[in-house]
Amino acid sequence: MPDSFHPSEVTIEVLRYDPADAGGPRTQSWSVPYTPDMSVLQALQYVKDHLDGSLTFRWSCRMAICGSCGVMVNGVPHLGCRTFVRDFLPGPVRVEALAHFPIERDLVVDAEDFIEKLREIHPWIQPKVARLIEEGPYRQTPEELARYESFSHCINCMLCYAACPQYGLDPKFLGPGLTALAHRYNSDSRDGAKDERMELLHSEEGVWSCTAVGYCSEVCPKQVDPANAVNQNKTASALDWFARFLPGRS
Amino acid sequence: MRPRSNQPVFWLLFGAGGMLSALVGVALVFMTGIAAPLGLEPRAVMSYGDLHAFTRNWAGKAFVFAVISLFAWHGAHRIYHTLHDLGVPTGFAAKLACYGTALLVTIIAAEALLKIGF
Amino acid sequence: MAMRHTYVRSMDGWWRRDPYFLRYMAREATSVFVVTYAMILLAGVIRLSHGEAEFAAWLDGLASPWSVAFHVLLLAVFAYHTWSWFRILPKTMPPVTLGGKRLGAGAITGLGIAAAAIASVGLFALVVALA
Repeated sequence: MPDSFHPSEVTIEVLRYDPADAGGPRTQSWSVPYTPDMSVLQALQYVKDHLDGSLTFRWSCRMAICGSCGVMVNGVPHLGCRTFVRDFLPGPVRVEALAHFPIERDLVVDAEDFIEKLREIHPWIQPKVARLIEEGPYRQTPEELARYESFSHCINCMLCYAACPQYGLDPKFLGPGLTALAHRYNSDSRDGAKDERMELLHSEEGVWSCTAVGYCSEVCPKQVDPANAVNQNKTASALDWFARFLPGRS
Repeated sequence: MRPRSNQPVFWLLFGAGGMLSALVGVALVFMTGIAAPLGLEPRAVMSYGDLHAFTRNWAGKAFVFAVISLFAWHGAHRIYHTLHDLGVPTGFAAKLACYGTALLVTIIAAEALLKIGF
Repeated sequence: MAMRHTYVRSMDGWWRRDPYFLRYMAREATSVFVVTYAMILLAGVIRLSHGEAEFAAWLDGLASPWSVAFHVLLLAVFAYHTWSWFRILPKTMPPVTLGGKRLGAGAITGLGIAAAAIASVGLFALVVALA
């Protein structure tokens, strides 16, 4: 029964953008049937399936693991599949492409910068010591695992980049998520490529563009805590700035 | 080879100043700016005689120097980054204005404290 | 294939758009007051080095209603600085274990505030002892 707590419909407002349109982005609204369990992604899919097939957005798993459906909902970065319309009643629910990225079309952003930086951090284990298959698997203690585990949960959804004003002001910044990923490998006892990743982190575009706003960790859907990864590395980078002058260092 | 940032030096000074001001800032502001002028306890914290005696020895000098200098370096670093946040171009001029001021405060404080003698 | 033409949104007024950013700016703004207080103390030390008469003039300035009011404002700002400093401190630290369990952010903040309280009491005690 529709009532003030459960309306029968809700208004979805989307910032639309057609690259062929010289006028720039414009807002378009639709009335969508409401159920208490519907996600923002489902609302967008309703629009696309029944009201306007041209609405363009990324999505895949519908279960907060693929990282595809990141959008701004009422100005805050969210995963569309994990964000419920009931939390934004009475509406309208305003949906926009992830902040700090150029808009390709509607809710799709140009993520090329993120992808390029992902390559730069060499996100794979480069073993400290070469190991043969015959030697069996690596062994790690629970403490060794704990040092990097949370940072390995990143799903590359880029919500933290949409939250980070420093990335918005200067896209040369490596950014929260990828610093956390670099830290994941640096902190893994199997990996030996810390020095080459630190070169990136020590630079102005590395950790030193961060001002500890902390919003990245607030919006992360996987509790990766990228703010912690970046700021831990500030201390490491600062100490290394002096330690490099000590004898015995190359 | 990506050039290393030199921010670490200023960041460490910022951190030291931030920690010191977080620990004793409230107490100092209360004592020097409210208690002493209004005659509240702890009284006589700012009498010329006591303060002069305090700053005549190395420990007193070091404390006063640390407070003035580190608070200034803390402010300089944060203000420099806030200018950037507000869209103000932060080139060499901004660095000079911010960090240069902190350096000036540091030098003047040292000079004044040394002038007080031992 | 259609022509690509991406649209870049402006960052103007970014910090006014979200309460989280407003709190961040308030935290950063405390630095203006921290450096102002340093300058006030610097003026005092300079006057101190010039002798009793000049120092007395500086003390008289501090006793003015404007100065006391400003220091009440400074007190509030420094208190917010202490609070916000120890709130962000856990983010800068690697995992710390105490008695086998990882120390949480709330605990670290609490310890920091406690340290500030102890340092403040210590400073008061020192001043009373030396006076």
